[in-house]
Amino acid sequence: MTWSHATLLPLPVLVPLFAAGLTLALYRHPRAQRAISVAALGIVVATAGVLVLLADHGPMSVVIGGWDVPVGIALVADRLSALMLLISAIVLLCVLLYSMAQGIADGGDDVQVVGDGDRTTEVDGDADLAERRDVLPVAIFHPTFLVLSAGVANAFLAGDLFNLYVGFEILLAASYVLLTLGGTLDRIRAGSVYVVVALVSSVVFLMAVVLAYSATGTVNLAQLAERLPDVDPAVRLGIQLLLLLGFGIKAAIFPLSAWLPDSYPTAPAPVTAVFAGLLTKVGVYAIIRTQTLLFPASGAGNHRVDDVLMVLALLTMVIGILGAVAQDDIKRLLSFTLVSHIGFMIFGVALAGSVSTAAAIFYAIHHITVQTALFLVVGLVERRGGTTSLDKLGGLARVAPGLALLFFVPAMNLAGIPPLSGFLGKVALLQAGVSDGSGLAWVLVVGSVLTSLLTMYALIKAWNKAFWQVTPPEILSGEWGEKRIPAGMVAPTAALIGVGVALTLLAGPIFGYAQRAADTLTDGHSYQEAVWGTSAPEADAVAEAVAP
Amino acid sequence: MIVLDNVPSFALVLAVGVLFATGVYLLLERSLTRVLLGFVLVGNGANLALLVAGGRAGAAPILGEDPLVRLSDPLAQAMVLTSIVITLALTAFVLAMAYRSWQLSGHDEVQDDDEDRRIARLAMRNEAAYDDADTAETGETLDEEAVDVHDDIEESLHVDVPEIPDTGDAPGQDGGAAR
Repeated sequence: MTWSHATLLPLPVLVPLFAAGLTLALYRHPRAQRAISVAALGIVVATAGVLVLLADHGPMSVVIGGWDVPVGIALVADRLSALMLLISAIVLLCVLLYSMAQGIADGGDDVQVVGDGDRTTEVDGDADLAERRDVLPVAIFHPTFLVLSAGVANAFLAGDLFNLYVGFEILLAASYVLLTLGGTLDRIRAGSVYVVVALVSSVVFLMAVVLAYSATGTVNLAQLAERLPDVDPAVRLGIQLLLLLGFGIKAAIFPLSAWLPDSYPTAPAPVTAVFAGLLTKVGVYAIIRTQTLLFPASGAGNHRVDDVLMVLALLTMVIGILGAVAQDDIKRLLSFTLVSHIGFMIFGVALAGSVSTAAAIFYAIHHITVQTALFLVVGLVERRGGTTSLDKLGGLARVAPGLALLFFVPAMNLAGIPPLSGFLGKVALLQAGVSDGSGLAWVLVVGSVLTSLLTMYALIKAWNKAFWQVTPPEILSGEWGEKRIPAGMVAPTAALIGVGVALTLLAGPIFGYAQRAADTLTDGHSYQEAVWGTSAPEADAVAEAVAP
Repeated sequence: MIVLDNVPSFALVLAVGVLFATGVYLLLERSLTRVLLGFVLVGNGANLALLVAGGRAGAAPILGEDPLVRLSDPLAQAMVLTSIVITLALTAFVLAMAYRSWQLSGHDEVQDDDEDRRIARLAMRNEAAYDDADTAETGETLDEEAVDVHDDIEESLHVDVPEIPDTGDAPGQDGGAAR
């Protein structure tokens, strides 16, 4: 094959997969594992950065395995894929560094691996504390985390529906392991709910692939986009709804969201952070991709689906945030805000215009960074205060002012306080909603503003309870937690918050990029042309031989 | 690539339906083992459906280059293979999880979320989800509290001032901070 820019495309999938194999083989050498993991994700970040620049000149596509386009496995990077890939790679790298620092701080370095993973030594001689703290068995954590990265990258780059399914399965299988890490009673309980729900969503997705294949004879997204308009409208609607159902469970849209706040908070802090940031957004990405490419707004009957999506978006926002207000544990509170803010992105998708899609993409990027950063900060709070319960925490602003700042910036960003990117994303969505002008869109606009205010209320409540008020003597003395938080954990958190602030400062160019990405998505031909443009000449003969 | 004579066999379609119906029934159970069996049935139903989507049975496998022979659709078979492997791996994982659950708690039933139940009970009793020193019911009127707070502040400043009733200070943030 000839070398071109598109040769870079498989790297974000292949490099973490190879690294996962290597780290698994080197499970007795935690230092080598760490070096390999960081190097692999570093390569992914660099590749994704280059892809973002290259994709700005038009979508790129490469076909794996020498088969020609409709049969072979196509990887496609258009602006949306590249942007999502870059931001998730950065988030994955930050979370990896954070978890490594946590592992080292908990004594992962001087403990040789025993059995299925090294448990931490009891740092303070306090067995209870060691048990309460999140233990990461390094030997298993690194390979699984890398497989998760490969799955996320594969889902973003997939150019056919079945490869998208495989990408989802890779990242879900890795997430099952990460969520039940250590196999404690709590995690098994939360894990079983999560795993069963995810399994069902995967079967639903697979059935959608089956139906699409039966109806059109292809799973290639570009070819599907060309053939679906000829399919009977009822069948097409069936495929669309099945896809939305499958992705809706993954993205945690309201009636399908009950599993999320139940299962996420029990996992170790870095795991929760990466799940909250990425997994639901992969579902949102899949919804954006299939809705714009396969079921464009111009298609007959699609406005009815969009209306349903609007109502669901409203319910997701309002019910999610009401759940957050009722919680007294920061992790659970944040899980509910996560559900709630998925509604904003679905709102953008449901408006089905170029501007609203751009707003949804920008909001997704903002939300990935800010939600992950918040969960990482909560991990630090748990370390300092020994708990995430709002009733037990208090006065942290006095004993740990730096920590308070780290919490305050992303919290205000999530709530959408004016200069920050959360505000900009919300303004873009509201503008798109107002210019749509339909009654339902106006209801959504009001609902969005209400949700923002309630988010503000929930986060201020958390701030008030955890960072103001009287400091419990146990926190003051460091009895519940520890007085010094490792700098290795603070640095990646600060870096991620920095990315969030950079999204604000560079909002103009990034929103421009998101706008161009949305234009590519909604123009209805660039994607297909890019995919059909990549035909490996030597594969033609084989493809013809196969064709009946 | 599509085999034109694409009418699937009724028996296979019926089998898919039966697998899904029984599978969904088992998925709704509480015990993880039954859920697992349900997943196996539903998963295999989906795999079978994928095979049905590939067209009728009986065509030659993909071999040779004679364009006159009707070939069966290799793409559907490749996808079924992949999806069978995925089903197998996930079955193994859920089996391990059910075993671990049995190890830890003596049963493999999926438990409810305690935290959620607790919040729901609080809501039913119409109580606050969390303690708040600022809004706690102390049995005193606002005026009495204000006097207390005022006294506390005076004491902490080591200034001897005779008790002043009804200063009108609101016991807001100050109250929390002083205590």
